[in-house]
Amino acid sequence: MFDKFQNNDRMLMLFFIFLVLAGPILLAPFGAGYPDLLQRFCIFGIFAIGFNILFGLTGYLSFGHAAFLGVGSYSAVWMFKLLTMNVIPALILAVIIAGLFSLLIGFISLRRSGIYFSILTLAFAQMSFSLAYSVLTPITNGETGLQLTLDDPRILDAANTSGSLPSTNFFGLTMNSTAKFEFFGMVFQFNVGFYFCAVMLILAFYLAMRIFRSPFGLMLKAIKTNQNRLNYTGVNTRPYTLAAFVISGMYAGLAGGLMACTDPLAGAERMQWTASGEVVLMTILGGSGTLLGPVLGAGFIKYFENIFSKINENVLHGWFSFLPDGLEDLIVWVLHFFVGKGWHLTLGLLFMMVVIFLPGGLLQGASHIIDWIRGKKQSSSTQISNPNSMPAE
Amino acid sequence: MDAILLQILNGLDKGSAYALIALGLTLIFGTLGVVNFAHGALFMIGAFCVVTLQKILNLSTVAIDPTKVDFLGNPLKVKTPYIVNWFGEAAGSAIINWSVPLAILFAIPIMLLVGYVMERGLIKHFYKRPHADQILVTFGLAIVLQEIIKACYGANPIPTPAPEIFRGSFDFGVWIGMAENAVIYPYWRLVYFAFSALIIGLVFAFLQFTTFGMVVRAGMADRETVGLLGINIDKRFTIMFGIAAAVAGLAGVMYSPINSPNYHMGMDFLVLSFVVVVVGGMGSLPGAVLAGFTLGILESFASMNEVKGFFEAIYLPSIDQIIIYLVAIVILLVRPRGLMGRAGVMEE
Amino acid sequence: MSKQLTRRGVLKSGAVVGAGLTMPTIFTSSAAAYTNEPKGGTVTLGFNVPQSGPYADEGADELRAYKLAVEHLNGGGDAGMMKTFSSKALKGNGILGKKVKYVTGDTQTKSDAARASAKSMIEKDGAVMITGGSSSGVAIAVQGLCQEAGVIFMAGLTHSNDTTGKDKKANGFRHFFNGHMSAAALAPVLEKKYGKDRKAYHLTADYTWGWTQQASIAAATEAKGWKTVKNVLTPLATTDFSSYVAPVLNSGADILVLNHYGGNMINSLTSAVQFGLRDKEVNGKNFEIVVPLYSRLMARGAGKNVKGIFGSTNWHWSLSDAGSKAFVKSFGEKYGFPPSQAAHTCYVQTLLYADACERSGTFNPCGVGEALEGFKFDGLGNGPTEYRKEDHQCFKDVLVVKGKENPTSQFDVLEVVEVTPRAQVEYKPDHPMFKGGSLGKCNPGA
Repeated sequence: MFDKFQNNDRMLMLFFIFLVLAGPILLAPFGAGYPDLLQRFCIFGIFAIGFNILFGLTGYLSFGHAAFLGVGSYSAVWMFKLLTMNVIPALILAVIIAGLFSLLIGFISLRRSGIYFSILTLAFAQMSFSLAYSVLTPITNGETGLQLTLDDPRILDAANTSGSLPSTNFFGLTMNSTAKFEFFGMVFQFNVGFYFCAVMLILAFYLAMRIFRSPFGLMLKAIKTNQNRLNYTGVNTRPYTLAAFVISGMYAGLAGGLMACTDPLAGAERMQWTASGEVVLMTILGGSGTLLGPVLGAGFIKYFENIFSKINENVLHGWFSFLPDGLEDLIVWVLHFFVGKGWHLTLGLLFMMVVIFLPGGLLQGASHIIDWIRGKKQSSSTQISNPNSMPAE
Repeated sequence: MDAILLQILNGLDKGSAYALIALGLTLIFGTLGVVNFAHGALFMIGAFCVVTLQKILNLSTVAIDPTKVDFLGNPLKVKTPYIVNWFGEAAGSAIINWSVPLAILFAIPIMLLVGYVMERGLIKHFYKRPHADQILVTFGLAIVLQEIIKACYGANPIPTPAPEIFRGSFDFGVWIGMAENAVIYPYWRLVYFAFSALIIGLVFAFLQFTTFGMVVRAGMADRETVGLLGINIDKRFTIMFGIAAAVAGLAGVMYSPINSPNYHMGMDFLVLSFVVVVVGGMGSLPGAVLAGFTLGILESFASMNEVKGFFEAIYLPSIDQIIIYLVAIVILLVRPRGLMGRAGVMEE
Repeated sequence: MSKQLTRRGVLKSGAVVGAGLTMPTIFTSSAAAYTNEPKGGTVTLGFNVPQSGPYADEGADELRAYKLAVEHLNGGGDAGMMKTFSSKALKGNGILGKKVKYVTGDTQTKSDAARASAKSMIEKDGAVMITGGSSSGVAIAVQGLCQEAGVIFMAGLTHSNDTTGKDKKANGFRHFFNGHMSAAALAPVLEKKYGKDRKAYHLTADYTWGWTQQASIAAATEAKGWKTVKNVLTPLATTDFSSYVAPVLNSGADILVLNHYGGNMINSLTSAVQFGLRDKEVNGKNFEIVVPLYSRLMARGAGKNVKGIFGSTNWHWSLSDAGSKAFVKSFGEKYGFPPSQAAHTCYVQTLLYADACERSGTFNPCGVGEALEGFKFDGLGNGPTEYRKEDHQCFKDVLVVKGKENPTSQFDVLEVVEVTPRAQVEYKPDHPMFKGGSLGKCNPGA
């Protein structure tokens, strides 16, 4: 089914738009239908889509993309502080600054390839992190993170006399306003900030799809397949890789800007290597080089981080209260290692399982399941279209 | 002068930790072509071998002492380690006192086993897979290993002191005719440096002077040809993985008195170790050692207050973290394959 | 590539999806007077503590205390400090007759993650109050969030002057003491012990807590005649402090002040002891180390190295007043070991919040805030205490402690040297180290 989508862009796009816009309804039964997490799904989806343009198409593995996300956040928050609480100028500045920053880092790092490129980007990102964390404290407010204050100038906005901080808005539509609806005991929350992020995600997805299908995208794929051969035929690949790098940097900047729009604070830990590693994991987990995969991977990791970490023993006891006492305690005892403070363990196991059993990422897993439901006929066709799908054993 | 000498000593020490981890990483890179993100976790497991041994040695009999009370007002439970009961007070406490060096003997078989199981059970299946998959699976493994340690030992660091006779520091200043207290250095760190040098020497000697080492070196250079010669290179690579794990583990054992072991210490070292390996040059063992010491000494110098306040007007607190990466970038730009890297390794 | 998307197509399909969304009959939930007004028979509190990362053990202890507090509020257990609390508004039937429920989250000791976790508690679980945390950076970030969202924030362990100084918020309250109070309590003891003519070398963690504590300690000790030789900022991520400790002896200083907490403190102290600093003599005096903020959990990680080293703490289980004894008893009987200072402050904060709700008769943050402002109470382990109206900081006695020479158990690592009376640690709300920023107005949210 997913493979079919890959060949039918209109279907894929419609499917994607439906999934994203109906997010608050579809995800509510899974406990993920609240604005903050939905926004995070969109934001990290954009981040991963952008990363995939570089990594999935050219094969260049950057370990420093969080730096661009951080830079985007800082620029957006500064825009909120100085100019206006409207999100549009903030996002524009975030994308531009992240683009310039990635142009600079990309220009230097792309002189090397393979692991040397990865380490160069890692080194740049770690330097940016240290700078933001401590040296540039006047600009970044160090470890505490850059926040809005009551006496910021905000020259375009009317003077603020309410005594509380203004909220970010899209031409008067405040980002954190939410309409709540109750339907058979379940609460659905439709949040302005989420729909703003959702529209951005859809646009980002559409753009990525166009890039994937364009001659430029084809050139990037050729670079991944065999850069040497391209060089021998007289093609200078550097401008193409640099363009891909800057585009993915701007995606990261957009994601960072959106993070600031939904929650006007920028912290340095967004730039740490663990954050860069996270987007790599999202992309590989979902399926690098595919369109939907990175969004799926981002959703998975954020779901685990936000939902699994909040399950405590009380919740578990609630779930298994129908079992006899001894059995209930045993099951809760076993499970409590994997939830709450042990959510990292589940995530680690998940990484291993996916990469061992689903070498193409979650997306491939999903298509396996669908094929299995539909019978064996289609499954053989997936095998052909995806030669890497053999399990590790 | 004294300050410079002091930071060189410091740097040698940091450098030897980096060098030991990087050495193991390069062995695995070079021989197996695997990016092992779980290598930091092996270092951490080594340190927790000490904690485990300490726990075993401190297994105690519990006696109730009615004359004293605990915090709730109940009679105090007094614990006496079995080992004190068996060997007597003096010998028993001496054994506990020496638990860190003893842990070396304890750690070697454990680390070899861990390495063997890891390679046969998991890594083996990833030789032909893309590096991205290797990163994901070993990173997942690293998380799982450290979460298991956290579940067993908690998140707090656990003190593992060095034997009493290594406490305190050696006054180099007096030794070379400087003022008292000008250049002092802890005994245990000197031991650590000597130990690292010994391990590095042993690994090189092993690769250089044994037939086994010769085959492994040949395999690093051209795996296919060696395989065609009818040599079972896979088996040797498994052993090599075990040795790399043991080197990382021993580094962790000896490091435990310097920083109390905690479950995330592996991740703390991981990133910089990768930088060290790449700056040294992929596939080059001497490169890894050289880069380890270079970056270690550099980091020490950069953390000097004189360097931080170099630009009179602005004080740069975390300049040491910045300089080390800046130098890494410059080295990689000037020398495309790091200090001593070979062409074509991990460049695609 | 023939079936490319047209803009029209996207718009059309979007409209269809939109129409589909509004189809089912829906009931809008009735408007609330303030964020997450509890409607049913229960009220939800959000316990946001570090469960992964270096402070996970401290977070686990905080969580134990919260669970105990909830049990006591709902009338279970032996009621702990509710028996000794001077205010008798709490009846053991929940808060305002509503049963107390709680949700937990992981701050990871990162501002971003902590805010995400707090947001999910507010947006998804309907928490009316957020509490917990083990770092000032996180406390300030979450406090800001709670102010914007319109819920009360009862700070956990946060010791930076800024939490109730330049970053104070109307919806945020702190029971824990701060760097300035540590300095005021510690300086006279240090003077008595080590004399007036001392030269101090500071190593300081490079973030809000480190900076403010260093400034406070330096000011307080300089007032007693000490000189500050040097202050070196260390990056928070440092694990090996040898290159910072090595130059100390040669600087002419005879005291080393470690403005470090948690893992930083363990590692820097271990380094300092390894270098044999405490066995040396400088300027004819024995070299000494001071750790201004102690945590018992962390002191354990440093092992024997803490023996004889002075510091301060908010509370210690060995205190013999009725409140502390009652708390240690119910905590100890439930979990088998004595509570930490983090556990104590979290337990007390929960009781104080519940009590304020009872006294004001509402969960509205503005009403609760008003009830807490200027509230004077006793029987919660620190003697007579007051929540000051001007900055929402608690004022109470401060403990000066030192590492115990002969510990009888693994919990018995600190001994109380002096209980510094409240009057000595009090300061004006406009003290230079706390100025800037303002509480703003209380925000009830929706």
